[in-house]
Order: sequence, then C-alpha cells, then structure tokens
Amino acid sequence: MSSVDFTALMPLLIISVSSVIILLNVAMKRNHFVSFLLSLIGLAVAFVSLWSAGTVAPRQVTPLLIIDTYALFFMGLIFVASIVVAILTYNYLRYHEGAKDEIYIVLMLAVLGSGVLVSSTHFASFFLGLEVLTISLYVMIAFLRSSEFPLEAGIKYLILAAASSAFLLLGMALLYGELGTLQFADLADRIASGPGENSLFVLTGTALLLTGAGFKLAVVPFHMWTPDVYEGAPAPVTAFIATVSKGGIVALLLRYFLLTSGYSLNTVLIAIGFIAVASMFVGNYLALMQENVKRLLAYSSIAHLGYLLVAFVAGGALAVEAISYYLVVYFITTLGAFGIVSLLAETGSEKTSIEDYRGLFWSRPWIAAAFTAVMLSLAGIPLTAGFVGKFFVVTAGVSAAQYGLVILLVVNSAIALYYYLRLVVAMLSSPDGEEAPVLPGISLSGKLLLVGLTGALIYFGVYPSPLVQLIRDMMAAVL
Amino acid sequence: MILLWLILIPIIGGVLAWIFGKVNPLLSRWISLIAMILDLILAVVIWIQHPAQIALENQGGWLLQFQAPWIPQYGIGFYFGLDGISLLMVLLTAFLGVVSVLASWSDIRERVGFFHFNLLWILAGVTGVFLALDLFLFYFFWEMMLIPMYFLIAIWGSANRIYSAIKFFIFTQASGLLMLVAILGLYFTHFQNTGVYTFDYTELIGTSIPSHLAMWLMLGFFIAFVVKLPAVPVHTWLPDAHTDAPTAGSVILAGLLLKTGAYGLFRFVLPLFPNAAAQIAPFAMILGAVGIIYGAVLAFAQNDLKRLIAYTSVSHLGFVLIGIFAFNELAFQGAIMTMICHGLSTGGLFILVGIIYDKIHTRDMDRMGGLWESVPRMGAVAMFLAMASLGLPGLGNFVGEFLALIGAFQVNIPVTAVAVVGLVFATVYSLWIIQRTFHGEQRESWELPDLSIRNLAVMASMIIILIWLGLFPKPVLDTARPALQKIERGIIPISQVEDQTPNPGMSRNLSDNPLHIAEPVNHNSAEQEGT
Repeated sequence: MSSVDFTALMPLLIISVSSVIILLNVAMKRNHFVSFLLSLIGLAVAFVSLWSAGTVAPRQVTPLLIIDTYALFFMGLIFVASIVVAILTYNYLRYHEGAKDEIYIVLMLAVLGSGVLVSSTHFASFFLGLEVLTISLYVMIAFLRSSEFPLEAGIKYLILAAASSAFLLLGMALLYGELGTLQFADLADRIASGPGENSLFVLTGTALLLTGAGFKLAVVPFHMWTPDVYEGAPAPVTAFIATVSKGGIVALLLRYFLLTSGYSLNTVLIAIGFIAVASMFVGNYLALMQENVKRLLAYSSIAHLGYLLVAFVAGGALAVEAISYYLVVYFITTLGAFGIVSLLAETGSEKTSIEDYRGLFWSRPWIAAAFTAVMLSLAGIPLTAGFVGKFFVVTAGVSAAQYGLVILLVVNSAIALYYYLRLVVAMLSSPDGEEAPVLPGISLSGKLLLVGLTGALIYFGVYPSPLVQLIRDMMAAVL
Repeated sequence: MILLWLILIPIIGGVLAWIFGKVNPLLSRWISLIAMILDLILAVVIWIQHPAQIALENQGGWLLQFQAPWIPQYGIGFYFGLDGISLLMVLLTAFLGVVSVLASWSDIRERVGFFHFNLLWILAGVTGVFLALDLFLFYFFWEMMLIPMYFLIAIWGSANRIYSAIKFFIFTQASGLLMLVAILGLYFTHFQNTGVYTFDYTELIGTSIPSHLAMWLMLGFFIAFVVKLPAVPVHTWLPDAHTDAPTAGSVILAGLLLKTGAYGLFRFVLPLFPNAAAQIAPFAMILGAVGIIYGAVLAFAQNDLKRLIAYTSVSHLGFVLIGIFAFNELAFQGAIMTMICHGLSTGGLFILVGIIYDKIHTRDMDRMGGLWESVPRMGAVAMFLAMASLGLPGLGNFVGEFLALIGAFQVNIPVTAVAVVGLVFATVYSLWIIQRTFHGEQRESWELPDLSIRNLAVMASMIIILIWLGLFPKPVLDTARPALQKIERGIIPISQVEDQTPNPGMSRNLSDNPLHIAEPVNHNSAEQEGT
C-alpha cells in the first residue's frame, strides 16, 4: 500500500483509531463526557479528512475497497448522522447509572462497518463491513442490560441478523460458484459471457443477496423484527439503526446494481418492485393502528424504504440522484424524530405513547414545532425537505415510465398523511381538564441539535439546489 | 419584483404577527391588517397602472413577470406572471384577506399570534398559486396553503374540527399528488420532444402530446382542480371543512381556496390540453349541472346555517364549471364574475353566521327566528347578501351566472336548462335562510348586539362592490378579456377559425347540438350584456 492509499483510506483509519483510543481511555479512567468527546472528535476529524481523501479519489485500494466521490458522499452522510447519534446518546445516558462509556466504542465500530459498506466493491468487504456493523449493533441495542425490552430487542435482532447473514453468504457462494469471481465489476462480464442472465444460479444468488439486504433494510416481507427492535432499543440507537445502518446498505446495493449491470436482470427488478409496493402498503397500513410513537416510526420507515425502492427500480441517473437526495432527507427526518423522542426521555422511561405528546404545542412550543416540521417532512409537505425528496422520487419513477408504482406511491402518501397528522393533532389539542403531561426540559446541546436538524429540513426544502448539485457531482463517479 | 412582494408581504406579516402576538394580541391583529391592506393597495395600483389590453400585446401575454433561478438542475425557477385573470384573483385575495382579518378581530381570542400567522400564510400560498407560472412552483404553493388551513380548522374550529381538518387535508393532498404525477408526465414528454428539462409554463404550453397520454395527464390536473372546486362526487370534504372552520377560515375556503380550482382549470387544463379538455367538456358540464342541483337540494335540507351556506357553494361553483367548459368568451367571463361575486356574497354570509354563533352559540336554524327585531342592521345585510346569492339582477352574481348560462346555452342546451332550474332552487334556499332566521316567531329570546361599526364597514364594502359589479361590470370584464380570448384561441386553433371550419375536437362533442356555432362569439356582446 502506498501513501496515496493511506490518504484515501484516512477517514476509515481515523474512525478505527479513535475507537481504540476510546477503548484505552476507558481502560484507564471512566469518564462519560471524555468518551463522548473523543468519539465526537474522531468523527469530526474523519469528516474533515474526507476532503483530503477527495483529492486522490477515485482510488481503488486493494481489490476490496474503492474510495470514490460516491463513497465519500455517503461516508460524509454517515459521519454527520453519527455525530448526531453521539450527541443524542450522551444526553440519553447522562443520568443513567452504570457503565456507559463502551457504547461509544461500539458506535465507532458500527460507523466503521457502514463506511466499509459504502466503499466496497467486493463480496468480501461487503460481508466484512456488514458483520462489523451488525455485531456492533447487537451490543448497542442491548446496551441497557438492566431493562427488559432492550435485551429482548437485542436477542431478536441477533437471531434475525444472523439468519439474514446466512442468506447473504449462501447467495454470494452461489454467485461465486457459477461465475468464479467476488469482484462486483467482473460479475457483469462473467454473466454476459457465461451462463447468461436467466441462469438459475445467478437468479437464485441475487435473490438470496436481496433477501439478506432486505432484512437489514426492513422491507416487507423481511420486516418482522423492525417494530420490536425499534421499540426496545434505546431511542438514540434506534435512530442509528434507522439511518446509518440502512443508509449503508442502500448505498451498497445501488453500487452493486450499477456495477454488475443488475438493471438488466428483469426478474430481479420486478421482485424489487413487488417488495416496494408491499413495503409501502404494509408499512403505512400498520402504522395507522399504532399508539406507540416508536412503533409508528418503525412502520413509517418501512414505508419510506418502499418509496425509495420505487426510485431504485426506475434506475438511471435521475434515480441515483433521487435515491441520494431521499436518503439525505430520510436521515435528517428520522434523526429528528428519534432525536426528539430520545431528548424527551427521562432516565429509565421514554415518552413513547402518542398521549404523552398531547398538548405539547402549548407546553413546549419549540419542540412541538420541530416535531411538526419532522412529521410534515415525513409526509412530504412543501417547505420541508421531505417534499423535495418525494418529488425527486416521483420524478425518477415517471422518467422511467413506472406509472403503476408512482400511482401506488401517491395513494400511500395519502394514507400516510393520516397518521402523521394524528401526531400533529395530538400535539395541538389542548389537554382537556386533566393535567398536561409534564415533559422534562432538554439540554442546550439537544436544543442546538434540534435547531440544526429543523433548519436543515427547511433549508433543503426551500433551496435544494446546492445539495442537488453536490449530489450530481458526487454521483458522477458511478454513472 | 412587485409580484414577489405580493407574496412576501403576507409571509413577512405573518411571521411578525406571530412574534408580536406574544407581546400583545392586538399588535398581531394590527400587523396582519396593515400587511393585507398594503397587499390590497399594491394589487389595486397594479390594476390601475396596467390597462390589460395594451400591456398584453407588448409583453407576450403577461402584464408583469418575475423570473429567478431556483433549482436550475431540474429546470425549476421562481417564475411568476400576472395576466388579467390572475390580477382579478389577486385583488379578490387581498380584499378577502383584509376582510378575514377584520372578521376575526373579536372572534379569535386564543393564540392570536399563531392564528394570524396561519391566516397570512394561507393568503400568501393562495396568491402564489394565482401567480406561479412554473409548474413546480405552482404545485409548491398549491400544497403549501394546505398546512396553515389545516391548522386553522384543527385549532380554532368548532366541534368536529379534527375530523374535518384531516378529511380536508387528505382529499386535497391526494388529488394534488395526482396532479404532480401529471405535471411530471408533461415535463418528460416535453423533454422527449425538445431535449430540454423545464417546468416553465410558457415553454410547456405548446408541447405536442400523444392524444391518449394527453387525456391521462389532463385528468390528473382535472381531478385535482375539481376536488378543490368542488364538483360532485368529490365535494364531501367541503361541508365538513366549511362548517367546522372558524369564520375567517370559512371565508377563505369559500372565497379563495375553491377559486384556486377554477383558476387551475383556466390556467392549466384548457391551455395545456385543449383537445383532451374538449373531449371531456360535455362530461364536465354535466358534472357542473349535477353540482348545481345537488348542492341546492342538500342546502335546502340543512338545519345548520353554516352547513347550508357551505352547500350553496357547491351549487354556485357548478355555474363556474359549466362556464369554463362551455369554451366561449361569454361563458368564461361569466365564470370569472361568478368566482369573484360568490367569494364576496358567501364570505359575507359566513361572517354573519360567525357573528350570530359567537353570541348565541348555536347554528341551528330551528332555534333562531325573529332575529330581525333585535338586530335590524344585521337582518338587512343578510337579506342583501341572500339576494345577491340567489342572483338578483343588478347585483354581481346575476351578471356572472347570466353570462355563464348564455355562453353555455350556445353549446349545450340540456345542461343549461338544468342549470337554470338551479337558479330557482337558489331563490328558495336563500329566502328560506332569511325566513327561518330573521323572520317569523322568535323561538328563543336571544339578546344579541347588532353589527358593530367595524363589521358594518366590512359589510358595506362588500355590498358596494357587489352593486358596482352588478351595474357596471365593464372594468372586470375588460381586465379578464385579453387573457380569456387567448385561452379561447388556444382551444380553437387559429388556422381552423380562419377556414371557418369547426375544430375536430369541438365538433365531435357538439355534433348533436343543433345550435352549435363554430365561430368564436362576438366579443362585443359581453360588453353589451354587462353594461
């Protein structure tokens, strides 16, 4: 490896090193704030190092990883999201008793896994990244060992993630057995020159890959674990699962499809189309009946992945842009939603029932305004980034003449409005007679975070042009 | 730039009203009032300074334009333009804005700042809809005005407000998304033809679209607009939303939000898809006629005064739908006139109901009666507005509905005949309102004060405008004419008019009509009818 390779890998190296530094620090002296600060510094330095890595991009570092603008863009997204998660975690655990420093170590490892995913061009790095991410997540979900729900959620996630990894491995094995390569870039040629697109091995292998990825993305019919894990995990960890973990997989899948000309596999595309439709309908339908905010958001995130897959099926340059934009929006809104749930949590108890938010508009207008903005963005209402994101997804769908999928997306948007508005209505309605539920105050860092997220939500909703340009420049690497 | 200010003034005013509402509720009322008066003055100045006909010939069809890039990567821009139709609608918006701020002066007592913020942002959204010439921008404003309206109903509404607000929101949002798909279909069709990505209305207007696709795209727009209009059978959100909204909300819903639907038909459906629009014209006219009768019959069956007035909107907007799809200038003028006058007369009635409800806390007409004795001024105003609403000659509504009917008569006699019956029904329910609330025996002895000076001033201004439009509608007709003629020319291609042969799209629908005339109607006739 040359020094250029090191420059290219610098962001990932910094993340790895900082996890070791935190580990050593914890070994010497436990201090929650110091551990938090170290992880924050690690993430920030890694984020800055993206620019220096950008000077040598694109750079293939070993056959496993490629550091191109595409990977750097998603790494940047992941790092920023992780900074948000770290701040949320700090606020969440501040008054928690017992060991809490270790979560920052596993958080950094999970970020590393995600970073490897978005830059991998090889089945080995794909699997490696995925496992690093997943195993860290087991720990993060079950981190609050003293409570019952996190443990249950952790075990659930462990079993299902292990099963999905098995599917993935089998899929990789089938593809390797038939085509004799683990490189994404070689797969397309081998398929074309060898067995052809309709070979049983290629189709089965791809289907198993999709199954494995589907579990991580929590799309229907692989979504069963989502509500329980979302509900059981501590809110900051839920935010991490919903954003960083899913975002990494989407970025990887997209690269895989573009590199292996997956868009020529019609059967697979049809299957993804069905998954998209099922995710939209099941997610929205089940979200309608939830009384628990975290479960509601879990089902809503299933539906949102369904919307995303509509653009995925469409394919083409517009779709890549739409997916990237939508992911950014999805990150901001999801972090905002779980961020509020997490910031309002008191030691040992989260405010998860819709009833807890009744009258919030009048007791804590600013938090309620932020939550409303997040909900409206999830619903795709103008002036919020969600509107522009949904617009781009619909644009991608129409550009590929996927009118059927687009119409179903429209129908689902209308259904989804109902439950998003339900939360908004609950916040608006005055608590009649009985005492308003008293919610705890939030710290300064929490306030700043919410201001930042809401500001980003509105900025990208009103003036999306710079972000669109950035995405267009960054995505050129894979088109 | 002046166009941008029309939108920016209410936006800024709304934010200020919210901020200062915390200090003193009265301050936020005054800020809103001043903002809307400024807006009105601006609109009137534009009206006086830009005689429609001259300007249109010079500037490619727009009195004023404003253009700035927004998302250039997708061909999206801040593109506003003003022609006669939008000018009239903007005037109506600003006027009803002032009226609704005044109407909620003593009506709204809680969360005053946030109320005015929502109110002004709706007005900004509506103004944006009337001015946007970029289809993305149009959709943006179309959706943007829904949120504050939703809050208005959900927070300050009456008993069933949450249900009504959500129903309103889902109906309009779902239909709006269909329009978005249609907009994108048009966008990509234009791209395939020219290789240029743009949402610019003036660029898209000439796009040649395969006829089957044009029909689908047109339906996307059509559905969004008739839901807003509303036409039967997609009107069911309207009675709920109108009934449960606070007074200012009802005034804006009836006076402006419904008009955005009609405006969309004028601005987008007819010019962008002339042939497809011609194909569904008979169907649309039948929908209009059904709406007129159905709305009137249901209005007659209501006991709730506010709900009654809500149903009359369904009936009146039926005339607008018929007028728009009659495809001649006379009917277009009628539709525009009806839109304006309905906004004023129905808005006035809603304000009266609001005042009554505020004092006696019921809208049940069975419990009213004989109110004239205690509140003669209010009775007289209500009488006048009811007369306007039933189409008494000499008042603006008469001019509107009469022109629409004359225009429609030339293309479709059966529909016109049915629609005329609606006028009789309108007489019945309008007199019924007066009879049951202000005349007869006093069923319960209500003590309520008569109209205050402020409300009297509001009512007087509405009454004066209605009389003015009834006796001398020429300024309005003149303002709208060039824009309407342009739309009419777009539907009947010029080459075919010169050849004196009917447009194939038109003749197919009208072949069974003995009185169908292929030539455009004599433009002078509108003026004569009006004056």
